[in-house]
Amino acid sequence: MTEPHFLEVKHLAKRFGTDHGELTVFDDVSFGLDKGEFVCIIGHSGCGKSTILNVLAGLDSPSGGEVYMAGKEVRGPSLERGVVFQNYSLLPWRSALSNVEFGVRARFPGWSKSQVREHSLQYLHMVGLKDGAEHRKPAALSGGMRQRVSIARAFATQPQLLLLDEPFGALDALTRGTIQDELLKICTETHQTVFMITHDVDEAILLADRILLMTNGPFARVAESVKVSIERPRDRTTIVHDPGYYPIRTHLVDFLVSRSRELSERDDAVRDAGHSREARAQALAPVDVDPAAEARARAAGEAPPEALRTLHSTPAAAPLKAVNGR
Amino acid sequence: MLQSLNARALLVSLVLLVVTLGLWQLSHESPEVDTEMTEYERLMGGADQEARVPPPSQVIGLAVEELSNPFYDAGPNDKGIGIQLGYSIYRVLTGFGLAALLAIPLGFLIGMSPLMYKALNPFIQILKPISPLAWMPLALFIIKDSETSSIFVIFICSIWPMLINTAFGVAGVRKDWVNVARTHELTPMSTAFQVILPAAAPTILTGMRISIGIAWLVIVAAEMLVGGTGIGYYVWNEWNNLDLTSVIFSILMIGIVGMLLDMALASATRLVQYQE
Repeated sequence: MTEPHFLEVKHLAKRFGTDHGELTVFDDVSFGLDKGEFVCIIGHSGCGKSTILNVLAGLDSPSGGEVYMAGKEVRGPSLERGVVFQNYSLLPWRSALSNVEFGVRARFPGWSKSQVREHSLQYLHMVGLKDGAEHRKPAALSGGMRQRVSIARAFATQPQLLLLDEPFGALDALTRGTIQDELLKICTETHQTVFMITHDVDEAILLADRILLMTNGPFARVAESVKVSIERPRDRTTIVHDPGYYPIRTHLVDFLVSRSRELSERDDAVRDAGHSREARAQALAPVDVDPAAEARARAAGEAPPEALRTLHSTPAAAPLKAVNGR
Repeated sequence: MLQSLNARALLVSLVLLVVTLGLWQLSHESPEVDTEMTEYERLMGGADQEARVPPPSQVIGLAVEELSNPFYDAGPNDKGIGIQLGYSIYRVLTGFGLAALLAIPLGFLIGMSPLMYKALNPFIQILKPISPLAWMPLALFIIKDSETSSIFVIFICSIWPMLINTAFGVAGVRKDWVNVARTHELTPMSTAFQVILPAAAPTILTGMRISIGIAWLVIVAAEMLVGGTGIGYYVWNEWNNLDLTSVIFSILMIGIVGMLLDMALASATRLVQYQE
């Protein structure tokens, strides 16, 4: 067994009781995050990404499985896990500064007023809020500004893990770009561990070290863990010229367009085959992929590296044959 | 040309006021008597057979007189308008304040707990539509004090809007904001005071504003019943004295004080209002 990751998600499942019986949104979701890693998760709507994030945040409880952070089981919310929500979730009766101070005071209850203010202003300046904007109420700020405040609040509490739930989903492309740049810069400086939900493939490649791909729900799971082996520091204008960029992008789009569905069907067959719990868990475990390295290897005329071969000889292939041959 | 809407509205208001007062004043003038009065009529002071509502000029005259010395006290049946209004305001504020002390925490509980909401809802639904004055005999019997009974009546009628609005406001606090409190590990107390209370404050204040309006309506009727002091008693007493000028004057004063109470709560609501 390998050394445990900083964040361990094991066989997470979420089931809802509905009028038509039980609905399993996701099942057997397992993955790990290392300290300082930036991981994005992509999947179609309804695969339960947000629920996974809420479970990591401690806001929601899973129907099965466990989450461990730094060896301790995650039960309930904690200041060690900062959350940035898609709808900003700023308290509208407080100014931008006061919203950040709210987080800082909760995190450092012993601090003096001036200490809290100084710390909060530092983080607001870091995300580019200055010249009086920090004293405005959220309603008087643009969507981009509000999300900056929300990001500042999360970073200011210095959590061990930062959870971002589609933070740029509601922003226009231009604003999204500048805030992505700032997030990239801050993460590079602080080596923050980040888990982020996104729908944007390009955003994921720009920001992430690894991208988790989820199959379609119901019974969604993390099917692949795609390594983004593109050198840092990255830049939005030059990243597209990296030889690894398009192989990764094609791999992701291909997954979203066809493989997410195909894998869902294959998973159904695996589940119906009635294997032992261990065999099933092994069959449904995520596969490591590195499309950029594969492309480089192909260009150099070498055999693909070890990580890639696993994709084409997944342990699940055997149970699948068994099902078909029945 | 008056540009501002406010200025034009003010002009229309003034015109309406002058026209109304003018018609009222004119309608009071007794018709010309063309025949010589009989001796009987002269003995009766030439009085009109039909009693007329006093004209605005008389009311204004009385208002100037009363308001120039509002706090005199010349015995139980002759107190200044300021004293009478003071009694009423004191009772309203006491009953209202006690109601707020009960209704807001209880509303919090109902708003936070679906169980308590379901458990208390039948009581609220039955008690709410009861006219506050219907409590008066019971209150008098139990409390044995007319002053406290009228405060109790104010208390009971102020509770409902505050209770319902508080529960509604607390239950409607956006889940995102509660999640912010949770992810920041706020204690239940801090969550209540730092997140839920400010979030629900505008709704709670609206409930308080409705309550104080109702309380001011009810105090007049309550004081008419229990007597002694207060603006309601004053109105009824002047009716018994057949002093309609004083009745009209006190009606106006009731309106003005009611407006001031409402304005006070309205500006308090503006203080806690926020824009999402």
